[in-house]
Amino acid sequence: MRFIDEYRDAALAHQYARRIAQITTKPWTIMEVCGGQTHAIIKFGIDELLPKQITLVHGPGCPVCVTPIEIIDKAIEIAARPNVIFCSFGDMLRVPGSTTDLLSVKAQGGDVRIVYSPLDALKIAKENPDREVVFFAVGFETTAPANAMAVHQAYLQNVKNFSLLVAHVLVPPAMEAILSSPNNRVQGFLAAGHVCTVMGYTEYEPIAKKYRVPIVVTGFEPLDILQGIYMCVKQLEEGRYDVENQYTRSVRREGNRKAQELIREVFRIVPRKWRGIGEIPQSGLGLMEKYQEFDAERKFALADRSVEEASECIAGLVLQGVKKPHECPAFGIRCTPEHPLGAPMVSSEGACAAYYRYRRERKDE
Amino acid sequence: MNDNFTLSCPIPISEYPQILLAHGGGGKLMHHLIEKLFGPAFANQYLDERHDGAQFTLNGAKLAFTTDSYVVRPLFFPGGDIGKLAIYGTVNDLAMCGARPLFLSAGFILEEGLPMETLWRIVQSMREAAQAAHVQIVTGDTKVVDKGKGDGVFINTAGIGIIEHNLLISPKSVRPGDAILLNGDVGRHGIAIMAVREGLSFESEIESDCASLAPVVLKLIEEQIELHCLRDLTRGGLASALNEIAKTAQVSIAIDESAVPVREDVQGACEILGLDPLYVANEGRFVAFVAPHDTERALKILRDFSPDAALIGSVLKAPPARVTLKSRIGAQRILDMLSGEQLPRIC
Repeated sequence: MRFIDEYRDAALAHQYARRIAQITTKPWTIMEVCGGQTHAIIKFGIDELLPKQITLVHGPGCPVCVTPIEIIDKAIEIAARPNVIFCSFGDMLRVPGSTTDLLSVKAQGGDVRIVYSPLDALKIAKENPDREVVFFAVGFETTAPANAMAVHQAYLQNVKNFSLLVAHVLVPPAMEAILSSPNNRVQGFLAAGHVCTVMGYTEYEPIAKKYRVPIVVTGFEPLDILQGIYMCVKQLEEGRYDVENQYTRSVRREGNRKAQELIREVFRIVPRKWRGIGEIPQSGLGLMEKYQEFDAERKFALADRSVEEASECIAGLVLQGVKKPHECPAFGIRCTPEHPLGAPMVSSEGACAAYYRYRRERKDE
Repeated sequence: MNDNFTLSCPIPISEYPQILLAHGGGGKLMHHLIEKLFGPAFANQYLDERHDGAQFTLNGAKLAFTTDSYVVRPLFFPGGDIGKLAIYGTVNDLAMCGARPLFLSAGFILEEGLPMETLWRIVQSMREAAQAAHVQIVTGDTKVVDKGKGDGVFINTAGIGIIEHNLLISPKSVRPGDAILLNGDVGRHGIAIMAVREGLSFESEIESDCASLAPVVLKLIEEQIELHCLRDLTRGGLASALNEIAKTAQVSIAIDESAVPVREDVQGACEILGLDPLYVANEGRFVAFVAPHDTERALKILRDFSPDAALIGSVLKAPPARVTLKSRIGAQRILDMLSGEQLPRIC
């Protein structure tokens, strides 16, 4: 298949791995930011091709994983209301809140629907004018333009029964939080290609400079990732710390200006709590004043709350690249995809789920 | 009643106080339900085989017996409909026992308000499928439920077939060294259904692979291929079927990802939706575990029916109950059973 098979070519992958080994003289720790990249690495066994000196650590770029438990609880509370149609991307339904999850709300009769686009949720709202339709707006900069478009359209078309439960997060502040942490071991980044397709990569340039860390905008196929690692290692070995673009077939330096304008029209930058990490200033998106009537938290007058996480879960350390999933004592024993203690075991982009699914020694049944 | 007599549910109520959709999804939760609740309650030598159907001897005749229920939505989809599925699904379960399908029952649960024309179309489709599969529908039942209590039509079929050979086709016959053959490309049925259900449109219409597997299986038997096990790849797809067999047979299974045929349009849809075709449902696909000396002959027969048929892997001795996959770039990883339902990802 075009644009897929050529990026999964075994001979080329091994050739790239040899070239990485040839230029590597010291140990380096590189973080892939995005959970989609983590899954590709584990699923295809990319890390097994690398020289021993290269350590890949897995970043916080899993939207399901970092959505705070308080917002999941709010989603569950809204979804359980009789007059509500709660729409979400499928991935969110299994994430544990403090007592239950959205799939269980569905099993108890809540009208919870999987949609593929926020515009589908808007369509449902127009078809059901007597019901309140809420869309769970999670994700990084990648999903923000479509969510902004849905709100903007609802505003223009005066759809009153539509709202968003917003939990949007931004990548650059999270990278800064990791780099300024005393536990940090990351020396280079593979930045998320799809986030940069929207945002470009100018905002990474000051980060590379300030923390003297190379950042390579990287795609998601095995050869993309191997090339991204090669470019990153080359910079590390040469003592450079630039922002480079591996994913040129999709990403331009300035990004997608139209999408950015739409984000700025609908959203403003707010502080946001990240599950497992804590609050990071200026790291989230909230609705602008003009669009407040589409804010589900306001519409349903939900009180703020604070919830304790399962104490055994080390998701925060995993999301910051400090620990690997199998270093958690609960991994595969008390924490499995069927009984997750934390979100990274649930999501198809979570690092724990990737290790459990593709790599674990069997401990089940 | 004795006060001390308590019946405790073997699946802790606190874990799953309610049935979730995933309990019927062909993955881990469904197996949990079978192993912990149904299996122990109904235990007997036939059920304990954990095969697609029961096999037994009555007055010298070897018979296979199976049942399946059909709740597909939408009722009509590219390449098939609920009626065709209800015939072929049960016919295929009999074929997986190595049986020649003979007689089917058909039970209908109809929702009040169902258009008669819809039912007529489904029944015509069942008639055609039954003719094509050389089975007769010899008994049936009809119930109607209140509007809103059903999804148009639910159908249950049960089937009886006769086993006319001396092979023991069962997971327990699988041996290290067996070749694993797949009879064609995977993932089409699941993607065809999802495309209609979710209103997704692709450049070309993807049709379900829904078909009777009896002719190809009977041909394998007629040509005296040493078949050890057959399993159709329905819910949970290829990955779940291989895991079930590895677990029941206590063997290790190794397959090669690049050997598994996936059509380009199905691959494209899976890439967009974030699904893995190895977990997507099929209705006309099966794996055959064959003694190594018969690999080439069996593959030739499969290819006469579907040119995409392929040798995808083999059975190893250890570690038991493990399925591994050689990825496209050559690394080894686990191929696990589906956990929950496959849900489309966010980005």
